[in-house]
Amino acid sequence: MDQEREPGRGWHDMGGAAFAGAVDPASHDYALWEKRVDALMVLCTAKGLFTVDGLRRAIEDLGPGAFESMSYYERWIASVARNLIEAGVFTVEELNARMEAIGARGATYGAASLARGDG
Amino acid sequence: MPHDHDHDHDHDEHRHEGMSASGHPYRADQDAPLTHWQRMEIAVRELLAEKGVATPAEIAAQIERMDARSPALGARVVARAWTDPAFRALLLADGSAACRAEGIEVDALKLVAVENDAQAHNVIVCTLCSCYPRTLLGLPPDWYKSRAYRTRLVREPRRVLAEFGLTLPDAVTVRVHDSTADMRYLVVPRRPEGTEGWGAARLASIVTRDCMIGVAVPHI
Amino acid sequence: MAETPPPAVAPPAVALPAAPPPYPDPAAPPPRFAPGAVVRVRRGAAPGHIRTPWYLRGRLGRVERVCGWFANPEELAYRRPGLPRRALYRVRFSMAELWGEGSRDTVDAEIFEHWLEAADAPRP
Repeated sequence: MDQEREPGRGWHDMGGAAFAGAVDPASHDYALWEKRVDALMVLCTAKGLFTVDGLRRAIEDLGPGAFESMSYYERWIASVARNLIEAGVFTVEELNARMEAIGARGATYGAASLARGDG
Repeated sequence: MPHDHDHDHDHDEHRHEGMSASGHPYRADQDAPLTHWQRMEIAVRELLAEKGVATPAEIAAQIERMDARSPALGARVVARAWTDPAFRALLLADGSAACRAEGIEVDALKLVAVENDAQAHNVIVCTLCSCYPRTLLGLPPDWYKSRAYRTRLVREPRRVLAEFGLTLPDAVTVRVHDSTADMRYLVVPRRPEGTEGWGAARLASIVTRDCMIGVAVPHI
Repeated sequence: MAETPPPAVAPPAVALPAAPPPYPDPAAPPPRFAPGAVVRVRRGAAPGHIRTPWYLRGRLGRVERVCGWFANPEELAYRRPGLPRRALYRVRFSMAELWGEGSRDTVDAEIFEHWLEAADAPRP
């Protein structure tokens, strides 16, 4: 089965699709920022701001390239941000302004997230 | 403002601060170049705090809660099922209730335990995303989320298992479970020969995460 | 798809204890299908958030158990409540049915009631 020739099949709907190659048994330990993304998802869904179904749907809407071009938690934060905008928790404008400001704090994750002393 | 705990990069039970030569806390990911998506994570986290939606303390607590979950919890459940027939029956009827009976808080997890026996070997996948019994076993390994695993396990499970070093006789039926909805699956492996008289901790020590996903079996 | 041999339906599931499903909804109608029933997964290529995998659509399987009643994820994904709850079934498919192979291996998946029809329903 070729996903590209099957309109109506989501890119994420992978069961049985053609794939040549072994399963790579390597795995990585989760970075702090990834654990934070995971925590944000759990907290926001527990607070009823969106559902895990909404998380999945927004990931699916990222399109087929997302699987190769983004890591698992990169897709998650892209989806969490979209879901929170949909929920009206913050606006695109607010998110934009904050992301720009963060980028100006420093070139590393540490500098950008530690600047306000939140460890 | 509360500090997040430093998190070591391995999944040890205990966390310790990694200190650089100058005596300051060192975390490798803190020094990596900031990415677009990390900027987004910081921004979302800060906006949620400012709007009173989720505090840094709540986020830190949730990270700790998730870190406390690991395959060791599932191994305890399996080891008890091996030695306690009433517990085994409960586990097979209602996996989440059995976890709670073992003192493990699994929140909203709807766990279905599937038992390996002489006739059948079970193995778990989520072809649509990467659903996993994370509130029991912790976060899944990367390979479980890979395209290779998600495409191939439902199509050629024996070849995939062979790549993990597990070859099953033809007489054993392989049962693949695709977690498409609200259920999450735990494979209860067969108790190996030669473990008679073993205590709970020793039995649990041979039940690995891969055994509970179904790509491995316990070895003594 | 090329002509394949008659589909091989998975053998009847092991007899299960006659206990109610773990996740009931007293307000919901009884399940349409019982354990052991042969069902066909509907086809459909609409967009949206769908939890019925492509590789199972149009396939014959056998109900292994009724999982319970759950809100519809297709609606939940778009901030709607997805009510009333619908019956969710664990359905067992044989490898022969899915891929035309002779092994007795199986795939179980959870499928919502609105994606299932009785096996003798006319194919579209």
